[in-house]
Amino acid sequence: MPTTPLDNEQVLRLKRDFPLLTESQVAGHPLVYLDTGATSQVPLAVADAERDFTLHHRAAVHRGAHTLAVEATDLFEDARATIAHFVGADPYSLVWTSNATEGLNLLSYAMSNATAGSNGSENAERFRVGPDDEIVTTQAEHHANLIPWQELAARTGASLRVVPVDARGLITPQAVADTVSERTKLVAFTHVSNVTGAITDVQAIVGEAQKIGALTVLDACQSVPHMPIDFPALGVDFAVFSAHKMLGPTGIGALYGRHELLNALPTFLTGGSMITEVTTEHARYLDSPVRFDAGTQRISQAVAWAEAVRYLRAIGMGRIEAWEAELGRQLARGVTEINGVRLIGPEPGVERVGLVSIDVAGVHAHDVGQLLDAAGIAVRVGHHCAQPLHRELGLTASTRASTYLYNTTDDVDRFLDELSRVRGYFRAEGA
Amino acid sequence: MSAELDQLYQTIILEHSHKRSGEASQDVSSAGERSGVSHQYNPTCGDEITVRVTVTGGETPTVEAVEWNGEGCSISMAAASVLAETAPGLSLPELDTLIEHFRDMLRSRGQVTPDEEILGDAAAFAGVSKFVARVKCAMLSWVAVEDAVKHAASKTV
Repeated sequence: MPTTPLDNEQVLRLKRDFPLLTESQVAGHPLVYLDTGATSQVPLAVADAERDFTLHHRAAVHRGAHTLAVEATDLFEDARATIAHFVGADPYSLVWTSNATEGLNLLSYAMSNATAGSNGSENAERFRVGPDDEIVTTQAEHHANLIPWQELAARTGASLRVVPVDARGLITPQAVADTVSERTKLVAFTHVSNVTGAITDVQAIVGEAQKIGALTVLDACQSVPHMPIDFPALGVDFAVFSAHKMLGPTGIGALYGRHELLNALPTFLTGGSMITEVTTEHARYLDSPVRFDAGTQRISQAVAWAEAVRYLRAIGMGRIEAWEAELGRQLARGVTEINGVRLIGPEPGVERVGLVSIDVAGVHAHDVGQLLDAAGIAVRVGHHCAQPLHRELGLTASTRASTYLYNTTDDVDRFLDELSRVRGYFRAEGA
Repeated sequence: MSAELDQLYQTIILEHSHKRSGEASQDVSSAGERSGVSHQYNPTCGDEITVRVTVTGGETPTVEAVEWNGEGCSISMAAASVLAETAPGLSLPELDTLIEHFRDMLRSRGQVTPDEEILGDAAAFAGVSKFVARVKCAMLSWVAVEDAVKHAASKTV
């Protein structure tokens, strides 16, 4: 693996692996893609891996004994191992899902199944929640890490407690400590905020949760693509992440869980593949991870996702993290230098990933995005699936720019340059 | 800036987005004897608007006033302002015709030439129809007025 830091020259070479980024024109301008926080682009090698599997290796997995079926099963399970190792885990600890949202819903429903005593809940005591219990999440969460817990509370009678963010919109270990109690069964929180770009102190929060014996669930959608991650070392019990934000295909994500927990966790989707013995009255379930693989799986997507992980590993996650931290600093510094632009989240100089959300005085985010789009710059506008956090920050919507390994400092400069014209165009007060 | 963008953000729209007609300083969410209220929300961008429409009584009721509170992009705010200026004095069938023309124009993807006699300042929103993602912004307050006037009319019949 190369050890020299990434620079613009190397990034421009990498960019050539992404046909969409080099070929696309938007409104007559070469595309500047700053919306990886929503979804990343895909290198040719990943698209080729999916096509190659489909054309040359396709078969159902974990059923049948013919050569092709064995080959497909090997590729599918190799993919699981590759992705698990990428986050420091063994393959028994990695469950396929459609996306991170489904991973969190799987947990939410498995816990109410534990409460109901169904779906293989013989050893599921730890997952039962009832009217005497509390579930804790935070104000900074994406709706995917909030609503499944609201619904779990509604189904079981448990109380939902929400950790308040600080004035900058950040989750602090102290606020978590102040919110949890002896009755807390689970603490769900994000590793990197998809709105502020702030990095949560995971180990400190895990420490608070462990003091009271609560399970921890980490939303790692915005961290796994951008930095080296080792879930066992972070100490979390469960974590979710998604392929499409890390150069992989859409339609597949993963739930990481400590193996002994996944084996004790009741099932969510039931049906073919995930059983041992079935009668017309009853079924018994396999151990993790196949315990959660009901029905035919996303095989070609898993194989392509593994290729994305190999691509990232070849560059080196440490180098990607360092490069994006540089882009993040350039973004944070740059936007605060523009009159009338307010940076949300950590101030310049404080650690963040390559992501900034901003509020432009007197101009709605939708209008900011429209003007940038006319210059070929793709950013996200709206509430980014985090209405409670926006409300807390006194906003209904913001504009977000987010980077990846294929962005150069020139991309950031083009964004900043165009952003500096926005208030003038819309005749905002004082512009 | 591109010509297409300037078609979207016509001067008249930018002016209305800053100097807004009908925007009330007080809360308009409670209806009176001859008025109806409607709240509309766009979940994709968080834009929202509450509109109160007051109609005159009598044989042929007409729109007396359109007042609103809202938050949103320049397109949605300007659309509310233009309608608040255009609607008063129109009979209810005339208002229906106006809204119908506006909707047809916005859904036309730039194919319908606006009838300026009927639409007045609202014809300036023709450029919005080429930006499919923004059609909802322009329609938000108009849908609210359409809904509110039904509530008001049901009281005055």
